[in-house]
Parts: sequence; structure tokens; C-alpha cells
Amino acid sequence: MIEKILVLEVVLPLLAAPVCVLVRHPRFCRLFSLGVVAACFAIAVALLVEVRGGGVISYQLGGWPPPLGIEYRISTVNAYLLALVTAMALVIFSFDSRGGPPRVPEQRRHLYYAVFLLCISGLLGITITGDAFNIFVFLEISSLSSYILVSLGGHRRAVMSAFYYLVMGTIGGVFFMLGVGLLYQETGTLNLRDIAARLEPSLHDRGTVLALALLVVGISIKLAVFPLHHWLPNAYSFAPPKVSAFLAATATKVSFYLLAMILFTIFGAPFVFEELRLQAVLLPLSLLAMFLASGAAIFQTDLRRLLAYSSVAQIGYMTLGLSTANATGLAGGLVHLFNHAVMKGGLFLVVACLLYRVGSVHLDALAGIGRRMPLTSAALVIGGLSLIGVPGTVGFVSKWYLVSGVLERGWTAAAVLILLSSLLALVYVGKVVEVVYFRKPAETQPIDHVREAPLGMLAPAWVLAAAAVFFGLTTNWTYGVAREAAELLLAGGI
Amino acid sequence: MSPETTILVALLLPVLAAVSCLLLGGGLGRPNLRDIATPLIGACTFAAVWRLAGDVLAGGRPELVLFEVLPGVELAFQVEPLGLLYGLVASGLWIVTSIYAVGYMRGHHEQNQTRFFTFFALSIFAALGIAFASNLFTLFLFYEALTLLTFPLVTHHGTDEARRAGRIYLGILLFTSISFLLFAILFTWRLTGTIDFTPGGILGAETSSGMVTVLLLLYAFGAGKAALMPFHRWLPNAMVAPTPVSALLHAVAVVKAGVFAILKIVVYVFGLDLLAGSNASLSLMTIASFTMLMAAVIAIRQDNLKARLAYSTISQLAYIVLGAAMATATGVLAGGMQIAMHAAGKITLFFCAGAILVATHKKKVSELDGLGRTMPWTFAAFFLASLSIIGIPPLGGSWAKWYLMVGALETGFAWQAAFLGVLMLSSLLAVFYLMPVVVRGFFAASPSAGPSGSAGGDRKPIAEAPFLCVAPLVLTALLSLALFFVAGDLASLLNF
Repeated sequence: MIEKILVLEVVLPLLAAPVCVLVRHPRFCRLFSLGVVAACFAIAVALLVEVRGGGVISYQLGGWPPPLGIEYRISTVNAYLLALVTAMALVIFSFDSRGGPPRVPEQRRHLYYAVFLLCISGLLGITITGDAFNIFVFLEISSLSSYILVSLGGHRRAVMSAFYYLVMGTIGGVFFMLGVGLLYQETGTLNLRDIAARLEPSLHDRGTVLALALLVVGISIKLAVFPLHHWLPNAYSFAPPKVSAFLAATATKVSFYLLAMILFTIFGAPFVFEELRLQAVLLPLSLLAMFLASGAAIFQTDLRRLLAYSSVAQIGYMTLGLSTANATGLAGGLVHLFNHAVMKGGLFLVVACLLYRVGSVHLDALAGIGRRMPLTSAALVIGGLSLIGVPGTVGFVSKWYLVSGVLERGWTAAAVLILLSSLLALVYVGKVVEVVYFRKPAETQPIDHVREAPLGMLAPAWVLAAAAVFFGLTTNWTYGVAREAAELLLAGGI
Repeated sequence: MSPETTILVALLLPVLAAVSCLLLGGGLGRPNLRDIATPLIGACTFAAVWRLAGDVLAGGRPELVLFEVLPGVELAFQVEPLGLLYGLVASGLWIVTSIYAVGYMRGHHEQNQTRFFTFFALSIFAALGIAFASNLFTLFLFYEALTLLTFPLVTHHGTDEARRAGRIYLGILLFTSISFLLFAILFTWRLTGTIDFTPGGILGAETSSGMVTVLLLLYAFGAGKAALMPFHRWLPNAMVAPTPVSALLHAVAVVKAGVFAILKIVVYVFGLDLLAGSNASLSLMTIASFTMLMAAVIAIRQDNLKARLAYSTISQLAYIVLGAAMATATGVLAGGMQIAMHAAGKITLFFCAGAILVATHKKKVSELDGLGRTMPWTFAAFFLASLSIIGIPPLGGSWAKWYLMVGALETGFAWQAAFLGVLMLSSLLAVFYLMPVVVRGFFAASPSAGPSGSAGGDRKPIAEAPFLCVAPLVLTALLSLALFFVAGDLASLLNF
């Protein structure tokens, strides 16, 4: 049954976008897109349940068998990502932003929902497909739509950030395209599994290594791997708050999946990590990201920028898990995809609540807000504790497996550095908490009129905050799936 | 009620107390009911822990496994003698403190009392979680929770000074726990594949002695709440908190959580056989001795009474670490005993400091001249508790010191005499930092005839703090006297 409808995972949001454009009624578009995302989530969960324990579902588009036809291939690895993306999309779509982004007039709000749906279908497409060129197509769909989403931020600089994001994203896309082209030249096929099988004899060709380099650099730009992260802080801090939450929770995660899939499935762990020793580059960059980006976060005076820099640091944790190339560390990196999505998505939704009530998330404007918006502030504290990695939150689970994985490799110094870097998170989270609870509001910015955020905003933020605690204490679903995915990746198959 | 349920009830009662505080004090606006509810629930908590004592004394180890958090790592509790002792101390003194806190908070006109009592109850929840933890993960979870839950209490006043203190508090405690304790736990996990507390230890005899030393020091410094130098500065800083917090948390629950963790790790992770007579043991003993003497010397020079008591706490905690570091049955017994004895003594001293503050608004030792005559109960209690801390019979503290000295002689190190000397010297220093308070109170001439006598010229014969402040401190002073006579029961409980 599920094999028959799995294509709907991508097709539903793709077709829902034009429906929004045709109907044009903002309220309808909002509820319709929520329904579509809920349907995608249901399909993703069904797929994940189906493939748990090593199952694989293969779907041939139009009945054309691979390698000529396009194959959608589901295993635990990408079913996990599908569930993650759709779950986050569902929570974030249910966030009632009370009139959407500020600069979109009502008569054009349907376009906003259409673009949002396109972005989701792009992200889901990248994850679900087993065809290299198809990935590129979906990559562009999701990227182009996210440039538009960022540009709707309302601030003058939102347009500039979107443009910068576009330039960087396009460079990344071109690198990816060139890489795929080279692989096609080497193997004469675009089906991922076929490429992997045919690449074996020409693995050491200069063209193959060049393709690997192009692909890794291209995706690293999209993933915002340090030092290719410059587009991210601006994009996240000037995008509409709901968009920041969505991009932080999903877009980088899909890029990470893409990177892992290319390294492990196409090129294979032995080649990448034993012969080319990619970890010699990836590990230092990850550690630098963790320290420099966290360090930069400490000095931010705008909560959104602070969270954005923290995201760059957290991406460092993910790539660190990748560079261990063992089951524990890779599972730690994969589980951090979900964990970081939960906490950062929740934090950006808190930002959206604060923006709605206070009008600014500059730290000066947030002084003493803890008393006026106690529930929002409490969600902020939970998210913050999770970023630090306090036990009982999702951040701790990630850290536990990342450090275990690193210790398994015998990299004791790196293990110490991971733990030390969480102290930087302590500093920037502590700074925000101090402002929110202890600093007296400035005379010029009275906050007496500020009230608690409305339920439609608070509930989704709290769903994610509660998830950050719940999945910090029960890891059967998160770590269990991530571990299975990691073992699958290390075995070279998806 | 089965033992499993009793554990759960004991853990959840403080949470109930917190909820009732929040409802009665916040939502319903009934502060009087709130202040009656807390001691009552405290008494129930103590009764629940007390029920477990019977099982443990009979050799049982009641267990409660809640659920698996990570594969192979459970959120689970098990009551064993050390944890039982710590649980009894924390929950028992909570009753007294919650009565004292009512008198203090009202007498001193503190703000945000509902928030205060709520977080206070939650801190006790975390302390009991630490006491009953059956593996390192559960211990670490509640250990960090205790740090975070006490943060709003330390910064209660919201002043710049309180914020600065809060920063140091969180900074040092989280720094040590994340970079040392968590690392040590992960390393243990890597080495042995388990982090459950197991009688006899989980680190095998094949662990190299260098590794054992490194791990022991990581654990000892990682439990930053034990305030081993050089990670002790958070404790004097935490004294900006209202006095009930200093009394129960920063003399009993929080600091004892640190030393308790060290004791428990020594017994159930390393195992006494692995450590006894090793270099690891010797190095930790040396560090503990240094802290003991250094903190005592600093205490003598403090004029602020609470700061003096804080440094005294640092010095007295080092006794427990020293006992743990000996890694002998006697050492562990002495450490466990000192947890109880020091708790009763030091909480009395802090209660007295708070009572003096409420009655006279005086914080400095040099201002206490002649106060003993107007506050006789308070100063008498201070005197008794001081004797217990110094270690003079017939007060409870003397037994802990006695067993520590016996333990020092049993270790068999070439320098055993030196450790004996350190212990004696430290007791002598305790005389120097505690007795001046009593002497000034009772024997120095009162300055009230001087120019600063603003209280109104004629001296009242008795001007004690409110009854709710004085009664608890008399009670705990008598408790430290009573503990002298039940030391035998404690010794049979802590028979390792």
C-alpha cells in the first residue's frame, strides 16, 4: 500500500503550491498547507515504520526501471530525514504568525504559502530520490524558494541577505552540478546506487577525486560548514521568524543528509576516510566551528543573530560526528540532526513570539521580559539548556554519543574540546537568561504593555520545548533510528 | 507500600510541595497555607525516607527502575547506606529549615517568597534524586538539576552582587561538572561499558594506576559542589542568598551532594580494593588536606560571619573527601558520619547567623560584641554547634574526627602521621575561627552605649529573632548533641 502512495510525499506539496496560487484566499491557504504538511508527515511516519529494521522500498517513477528511470528509494536513513523534515514543518506550520511576515500584503499572502510548500517539496525530494540529477533539481527548487522566503523578512537588509544567500547558494549549486557531471562522465549513469557500483574501478581517477571535492564543497556551502557559513547568520536573522525556524530546523539537516549520503553511499567510508582521510580536514573545521561560531555568538546583541551563530557551531557538532566515521559517532551526528532541529526550531519560534509582542529581539529590548512573558521565557530557558547539553535535554543525548564516538576513535583531545565548547554555549545562553530575568527594562523602552504571547504561537513553541525534554529522556525512537541509519550508511547502502 | 513505591513517593513529595507552593502562594494567594504546607510535606518526605531505612538496615537494597534513557543507561534509583544517610539528612533538615525560612523570610521582609519556596522544594527533589541514584547518569542528571534549581535561590535578591555571584556559581559548577565529571563518566563508560554503581566497583584491577589517578582526580574536581580548592570560590559567593538557602543548601544539600558523589564513586565505581594504598588515593588525600588547612586559615581572616562559615564549610567538606580518598572502610565510615555531623552543626551556625541578621541587621563578626546577652538562645546554640564542628565530645562531630584519625593511621602510607597532624591542626584552626564569635557575644562589652547606639539608648534584656527562627536553631543544636549518642547506629549502617 505505502509503496503506491510514497510518491505523494513530494507530489502533494508540489501540487498544493499552484492550488494556493489559484485559490488566493489567505485563510484557506494557511489551513490547506497545514493539511498537506500533515499528510506528508503521516506518509513519512508510515514509511519509517515500514523500513525500520533494514527494509528498503523502491519506487520507479513512471514505471521506468533504474538505472535509466528515476528511482525513489527509501531506507531508514532517508525515512528518518523525511519524518524529521515533515514533523518540523508540521509544528512550524501550525504556528499562528497572526498575519504572516510583515511586508506581505494580504492580497499576496497566498504566494508566501505557495513558496513555502515548494520549499518543503524540494527538501523532501532531495531526501527521497535516488537519482543524482533529480537531487540537483530538487536542490534548486528548495534553494530558490528559500531565497524568496528569506527576502520576505520585512527589514531592508532582508533583501540584501537573501541576495547574498542566493549568490552563495548558487555557487554551491554549481559545484554540486559539476560534481554530478564528472561522476556521469566517469560512470555513465545518474542512479546513485549504480554510480556507487560502477565507480569501484575508477575510484582513484583524478576525475573521481575532483568530483568528490566539488560535491563536498558545494554541499558544505549549503550546509554552512565553517568557514563557508557567512550567508547563514544574515539569512536567519533577517528572514521572517517562522522561516528562520523552518530553515534552521530542516534545510541544513537535509544538506547534512546529502553530504553523508555522498560520502558513504557513493564513495564509501573506506575510500573517503581511510585513503583520502577527509577527517583530517573535517575534524579541525568542526572544532573551529564549535569554538569560533560559539565565540561569535557570545558577542551578539540580537537574539536571532546569536541563535544563528549558535547554529553554525551546532553544525560543527554534526560534521564532527561525520568525521568519526564510526557507528557511535555517526549516530551521534545523525541524532543531533533531530535534536538540534527540535531545540533550534523551538528557540526560533520563541523568537517569533517575542518579536510579535515586543517588536524587537535586540537584547536591550528584552530586558526584564521574563516577568511579562513567563511561559515564553521558560521555553527560551529550556531551549537554552538544551543547547548547553544539560542532562535531561536532547542536547545531552547528542553530546553523549558524539563524545563516545570520538573516544572510540581515540581522539581524547577532541573529546575534551567538545565538552569545553559547550561551556561557550553556557556563556551565551547565560547572557540571554540574565537579560531576560535580571536586567531592569530601560526607561526608554517600557515593557508594561507587553503581554504573554497568544496560544496559537505559544503552543507550537512549547511542543518543541517539551520535545526537547521528552526526547532527552527517551531515546528509543531518536537514537534507535539514528543508530540503524548510521550502521546502514557505514555498510555503504541506503 | 512496597519499597519501590516508597522511593517514588519520597522523590515526588518535594515536587508536590513545589506545586502546592506555586498554587497556594501564587495562584490562590494564600501565603499562610503555603508556609504550613511545606513543613508538613517535608515531614511526609522524611517519613518516606525513614521507611526505607528499615529495609536498608536489614540488608535490602530497594530499587526503582523508571525507564531506559539511552541503550544501557537507565533512569534508576537504588537506596544503599550512603544514599540513605544523605537522604535522611537532606529531608530531615528540610523540615526544620522550612519552618526557619518562614520566620526568616517574613522577619527580614524578603520579596518573591513563593518563587523562593517553590525552588527550595525542587532543590530537595534534586538532592533526593542524587541520594538514590543507582548509576552515574542518574546522579549526573540530578546533580546538574540541583545546580540549575538553586540558581534562582542564589540570585534571589536580583541585585548586581547577586547576579555576579550567580554567574560565578553557575560558571564554576557547570564548568567542573561538564568538563571533568561528564568526561570522567564518559571515559568510564568507554572503559567498562557500564555506569551502574556496583558493590566492589566497576573499574577492573587491570586499569593502569595512572589512569586510576587521572579518573579519580577528574571525579573529585568534577564534583565541584565538594568545593575542593581551587574550585571553591562559588561557595563564598553563594552566600548572597537568603540565609535559609545558605543553611540548608550551601551547608547541607548542595555541598553534601558533591562529597556524597565522591564517596559513592569511590565505593561503587572504583571500589575500595582498587584505590586503597594507591598513588591515586595519596594524591587526593594531599589535595583534601591542603584544602582543609587553607580554607581554615582563610576563614579566620573573614569578618563577614556568613563568609567565615562558608570557608569553614569548605574546610569541613575536605574532611569527607579525605575520608573517601583513604579508600578504607574506616575512611568511608568517617566520611559518611561527617556528612551527618557537619550537617547538623553547620546548619545551626547558619541559622544563628540568619537570626542575628533578622534581629539586629548585623553581618560582621566584629559587630557582635555583647550580643550574647540579648540573644542568649542563639549564642548558646552557636556555641554548641561550634563545639561539634571543632570535634569536642559530647557532640556529634567528635566521632567523625575520631574515625578519620583512626582511618589515617590505618592507611599505611609512610606519611600517615602527617595526615594525623593535619587533622589536629585543622581542629585547632576551627577553634580560632568559631570561638571568637561566641567569646565576643558573651564576654565583650556591648558597644550600644557608644555613639552608634541608635537602637534607642536603654538595652532590652532579651531581643531574640522571631520564635520561628529561634526554635529551629535550638532544635538543630540539640540534634548535634543527640547525634553523639546515636553514632553507634550510624556506624552499623555505614559498615562497608
